[in-house]
Amino acid sequence: MGSTPSLPAWEIRNLAHTTGFTSEQIEILHRRFLHLTDGKATMSKDCFDNIPDLESNPIKSRIVNAFFDQRNLGLQSVGTIDEITFENFLTTLSFFQHMGENHTKEDLEYYKTEKLQFLFRMYDINGDGKITLEELREIIDDLLSKTSNTEKTSSSIADAAMMEAANICGGQMEPDQQYDGITFNDFLQIMQDLKIETKMHVRFLNMDTSAICK
Amino acid sequence: MYSRFCLLSLLLGCLIQLSLCSDIAVSAQEEQGNTTSQERSGETRNKSNKAFPVVTVDFAHVRSPFVVALWILLASVLKLGFHYLPKLSSVVPESCLLVCVGLIVGGLLKSVGETPPILRADVFFFYLLPPIILDAGYFLPVRPFTENVGTILCFAVIGTLWNAAFVGVGLYAVCQIKGSGLENITLLPNLLFGSIISAVDPVAVLAVFEEIHINELLHILVFGESLLNDAVTVVLYHLLEEYSYSPQIGATEVVLGILSFFVVALGGIFVGVFYGLIAAFTSRFTSRLRVIEPLFVFLYSYMAYLCSEIFHLSGIMALIACGVVMRPYVEANISHKSHTTIKYFLKMWSSVSETLIFIFLGVSTLAGEHHWDWIFISCTLLFCLVGRVLGVLGLTFILNKFRLVKLTPKDQFIISYGGLRGAIAFSLGYLLNEKFPRILFLTAIITIIFFTVFVQGMTIRPLVELLAVKKKQDSKRSINEEIHTQFLDHLLTGIEDVCGHYGHHHWKDKLNRFNKKYVKKCLITGERSKEPQLIAFYHKMEMKNAIEMVASGGMPKFPSSVSIQTLQRRSTLTERLLPTLTKEREEEVRKILRENLQKTRQRLRSYNRHTLIADPYEDQWNQMLLKRQMMRSTDQRASLHLTVPASGRDSPPGMKSGIESDTMYFEPRDPESDMPAITIDLATSATKQPTDAQNKDAEDKGIVFAANDESGSPSQRVQRFLSDPGPDQ
Repeated sequence: MGSTPSLPAWEIRNLAHTTGFTSEQIEILHRRFLHLTDGKATMSKDCFDNIPDLESNPIKSRIVNAFFDQRNLGLQSVGTIDEITFENFLTTLSFFQHMGENHTKEDLEYYKTEKLQFLFRMYDINGDGKITLEELREIIDDLLSKTSNTEKTSSSIADAAMMEAANICGGQMEPDQQYDGITFNDFLQIMQDLKIETKMHVRFLNMDTSAICK
Repeated sequence: MYSRFCLLSLLLGCLIQLSLCSDIAVSAQEEQGNTTSQERSGETRNKSNKAFPVVTVDFAHVRSPFVVALWILLASVLKLGFHYLPKLSSVVPESCLLVCVGLIVGGLLKSVGETPPILRADVFFFYLLPPIILDAGYFLPVRPFTENVGTILCFAVIGTLWNAAFVGVGLYAVCQIKGSGLENITLLPNLLFGSIISAVDPVAVLAVFEEIHINELLHILVFGESLLNDAVTVVLYHLLEEYSYSPQIGATEVVLGILSFFVVALGGIFVGVFYGLIAAFTSRFTSRLRVIEPLFVFLYSYMAYLCSEIFHLSGIMALIACGVVMRPYVEANISHKSHTTIKYFLKMWSSVSETLIFIFLGVSTLAGEHHWDWIFISCTLLFCLVGRVLGVLGLTFILNKFRLVKLTPKDQFIISYGGLRGAIAFSLGYLLNEKFPRILFLTAIITIIFFTVFVQGMTIRPLVELLAVKKKQDSKRSINEEIHTQFLDHLLTGIEDVCGHYGHHHWKDKLNRFNKKYVKKCLITGERSKEPQLIAFYHKMEMKNAIEMVASGGMPKFPSSVSIQTLQRRSTLTERLLPTLTKEREEEVRKILRENLQKTRQRLRSYNRHTLIADPYEDQWNQMLLKRQMMRSTDQRASLHLTVPASGRDSPPGMKSGIESDTMYFEPRDPESDMPAITIDLATSATKQPTDAQNKDAEDKGIVFAANDESGSPSQRVQRFLSDPGPDQ
């Protein structure tokens, strides 16, 4: 590959403003984007197959779908789009920035909710706003990597998890009410104690290490 | 009131015995020498004139074990006593009380005219310290430790070096002041003294921090630092001692010093990992002789410690590495009872050790000679405190540039205030050569230890309250947490891969995969080597819940408002999940049980040292109780503790047959067999689960919990899930 086309400065500034990355980070990620798409301007799902380390990840398909999920890209509709631009790529990655203490309290709350929304959308694939038992079971199946003999256990684990969730969130329900699934508010409640949003970040480098890794 | 009186009298009894022992010991020894020679000469003459002594007092030959046992007894009774004084124990930490008691005992012994025993360095390093460190290492919370390992290493290495240098150089400067009388102490002894006094002591930190329950981050930072600085202390101590013999210190010596640090630290870890892997491998084969399983854990760890001491490597780091490496594999292999044994033995030994250490600190204070020098000691104190604060401030300033979760000033204060010194410093000082001003140093060390233990130990709790430092949250690990944490780990690894850089999630993931693929296969027996972590965790949680339920008499843990009917897909199955036995069936079952259990009791073998046979009646009663609770309970309890078939389509045929054939629930073995083991077939599909007939394994079964496994595989492996710690425990 020859010299990679770099972004014009105004675009970098624009992206920095919207996504919160620094310009060095944006340049590095842009180079990575071009590496993955082989020089094209948009990325499709099979570009992710170029990443060898991702193959062994049990939730690979979910991660890939998260990049293409319209809800993550700010669009209201449900479903996935086929091609994403660099800006979309950055937007998805910006969910994993670390929010330092120099933001205001409301900002921090907002970012925390955004991160948890992202996580919630990864669980709730069909987009109906609830994590149903079926979806939970699929998640557990993924995590167990479908080794043999785990079907029954995964369903029982899903049941136990759902029961726990129901206990935390649905404490005041009538005996006849159905507990359909974990809504986003329930999800927030469960995650309250776990403080997952403090762990949900990846360190974005200011230096280019793409020469070392694939 | 009465109980306090009893305890006090017990205490006094011990003390009196102790002083008497020492008296008798001395006089008896002389007498004994005479009488034995007389007796021997009498026997050679083959006729003795005196009558056969019906009662003799021969104390000398039991003296050592007797005195040791008495000390340990004294320590334990004291510990008991403290818990009867709640007002005192809430204000004063236990370590302070123990030191005070040591002072009192030492004073008593001295007044009797005996020389109180001093805490000997070899006893301390070989017998008293290892249990505490092993306990800490085995139960080390690995996840927070590895997340903060960079910070911990910085504090341990750089912080300790800074402290040693600051105190050493400061004291040297003070010594040079004319008129202090200390001019003869050159730089090197001061540096040596600095290196001894600067190390944060794990025993003291554990003793104090255990009681204040601060948040996990601070706890692991201070505690991790106290463990890892051992390498630095060992190197500095030996280095400076060596240098005191050689006249010159050049560049080569400095380089060699740095090199030896790496050798000591990494060597210690290597020895620990080596022994840990061997221990894990050994535990793979212990299924036939479960009684000695805990012994392997203790022995291999102790060997790791001793081996590293042979080469002057860091014994503490070896112990920690051994415990951490060994634990996941050993716990997957050993039985539940062995797991409990290990846990309780470690806690017991470390508790006794800690008590003895503090008491002996008190006693040794009065035992040795002292050389009190106001200037030296007050300057030591000052430099220690100031040095610690400066070191922590400086290091956090640098570290906060790299850390994502910054350390606040409150955290920094607690870290610097929690730098307690303890018995390790004392023992190292005791080992000093005579050419150093040993007495002066020892006095200073004792003063510092007293100051940190008393002043800092007592005030840290109110300070923590005052500063509103975040406390430890008692969160129970739930299955949701497990799922989400694992999911997040994979997600973050994936994102790192997408971004194209090898961050720490990437390496952690690689290590996990390597572990799963190769290491687990070698070190864990049988099926469990392939078991995913989530399933292991789930089974363990279920088992815990079941046992808790039996123990608490069957009260459900969750509020009854949520019943399984509220789960969407269950509506068709709720009423029929578990049927109730009719009255006559119950009677029948009870009769069968009674007969079988009676037979068992008659046939109970005498206690055999090689096979621990637990009381089968107790086990089966528990199982019976569990079963009855299950049957009588609502669907909600059932849904919590049973494995219910997931989708509606699987269940009806299996369940229906289960409902009809009620007698299938209990499977008492034929009366001919020795040990009827009742399988609780909680799966509604009525299958005859074969139970393991081996008597030796029966005691390992405890509650046999058949998973909803149609394959009918023996349920024995389920009970081992209890011992798997799951992640990060």
